[in-house]
Amino acid sequence: MAGISKDEVLHVARLARLELTDDEVVKFQEQLSAILDAVSKVSELDLADVPPTAHPLEIENAWAEDEPRPCLPLDEVFANAPDRDEDYFRVPPA
Amino acid sequence: MIDVLRLTAEGAKQLLDAREISGAELFAAYAERDDDLHAFLYRCDDPGGDGIPIALKDVIGTKGVPTTAGSKILESYVPVYDSTVAANCKRHGLRLLGKTNTDEFAMGSSTENSAFGPSRNPWDPSRVPGGSGGGSAAAVSGGLAPWALGSDTGGSIKQPSALCGNVGLRPTYGTVSRFGVVAFASSLDQVGPVAKNVRDCAFLYSIIAGRDANDTTTVEVPEVELPAAQDLKGMRIGVPREMNEAEGIEPGVSAAVRKTIELAESLGAEVGECSLPRSVDYGVACYYLVAPAEASSNLARYDGARYGLRSDGDDFREMVMATRHDGLGDEPKRRIMIGTYALSSGYYDAYYGKAQRVRTMIRREHAEVFEKFDLIVSPTSPTVAFAIGEKAGNPLAMYLNDLLTIPSCMAGLPGLNIPCGLSEGLPVGLQLIGPQFAENTLFRAGHALEQALAFDVVPERLR
Repeated sequence: MAGISKDEVLHVARLARLELTDDEVVKFQEQLSAILDAVSKVSELDLADVPPTAHPLEIENAWAEDEPRPCLPLDEVFANAPDRDEDYFRVPPA
Repeated sequence: MIDVLRLTAEGAKQLLDAREISGAELFAAYAERDDDLHAFLYRCDDPGGDGIPIALKDVIGTKGVPTTAGSKILESYVPVYDSTVAANCKRHGLRLLGKTNTDEFAMGSSTENSAFGPSRNPWDPSRVPGGSGGGSAAAVSGGLAPWALGSDTGGSIKQPSALCGNVGLRPTYGTVSRFGVVAFASSLDQVGPVAKNVRDCAFLYSIIAGRDANDTTTVEVPEVELPAAQDLKGMRIGVPREMNEAEGIEPGVSAAVRKTIELAESLGAEVGECSLPRSVDYGVACYYLVAPAEASSNLARYDGARYGLRSDGDDFREMVMATRHDGLGDEPKRRIMIGTYALSSGYYDAYYGKAQRVRTMIRREHAEVFEKFDLIVSPTSPTVAFAIGEKAGNPLAMYLNDLLTIPSCMAGLPGLNIPCGLSEGLPVGLQLIGPQFAENTLFRAGHALEQALAFDVVPERLR
């Protein structure tokens, strides 16, 4: 189960929108293989009857009143924007 | 003369109330000290007023004050709103000394993953202060702040407190708002206090705890009681075998913890052995699947579009990939890729799904132990502070440093670190863990032990 190929490293990096250099692919293949080998330990246990935990508290449906509230002024919204075109974030073409 | 190395926040308040010192003098006493530990990424000017100064870990959003999370991708980011915890500090008059260093996105156990260089341990500057909240812990023990806030996902408050010799609380999951705090793994992240003693720690917790409409995972919290009792009469303390005999615990760490357990008995506690058979064995593996999975999702927001770094790219996708390549360090990249892998089609059941079931098993094991005991104890870290560079090249060795802090984090339980002795001249931390919402029990036990231990929190070389 453990071990990850170069192609898999590149595939995962693409899914996660991470550009990697050739050297990084080699380095991460080695490191991720060691980490995956260690975390594969969870597969030793037979837990078919144990339900999963997504969250440590048993809270259900934390409702809030649906009341409009003032939002940030646009100049603050765009204060950290790398590029702006009037009321839009400007990005390179898709 | 203000003794910044020894003065507690409670002591500072008494001096201010008696008008023996002014707010400006108090702030300056910390702000003017040379930060040769690199505890801070950013230091603030005195905003005025006469409240107690505080340092905040740089994952905590502060309006108008840079918040980088130790990452190049947020190097120029200045929040336009306050996190709820920062707002709560302001409401109580606390004045911001600055933002403390952290491993990038709080991912690490030494601050060596900070994009801006590591912090140093006040007891021995050639060693790490722990992580990820090493900056906050170093600031408190190095006399650069009377107290501080950290954040803890798998041990990032407790472990640095252990390595720097101060008191740190990871609160029960859901007691402190994360609104405005840079997210790492949202089913685990908690903000909590770092202080010189348990009473300060409890008081700071009372300032930040409580339900927040902006974080729907928060709940109503029992009223905080400042601890005063000197004894442990009636307290049932469990000693989980696996957490006290785990491979890799240094003999000096074991010895200091064992002595403290005997001390607890002499203070009237009923001490008994217990077992968490699989929590320690499987905790690290479970954590390093769940936390990266959540991180891969949380860190997807750093895309160069709305804030933070943007690198050049011919089209949107290339821009995003170049931005993340240039702006994120190796540790976030590793965790994003592990998480993406664990969540991807074909691997989900074997990795992430399985880890979630292991998490239930860990919760159940702890719940069973707390039917018989009020709290359990163990070393916080298997080792004292290690040398800068010693583990930096081996991510897996670094992960194993979290062996003893991780299980209770997975179960959403509160944990308190108190310093309990020295090994090789460096502080040893004792971890007290209780059931959910048992902070007052931890404070009571921690305070009684602290009084009896009389550990000197000032690093020997600075006395």
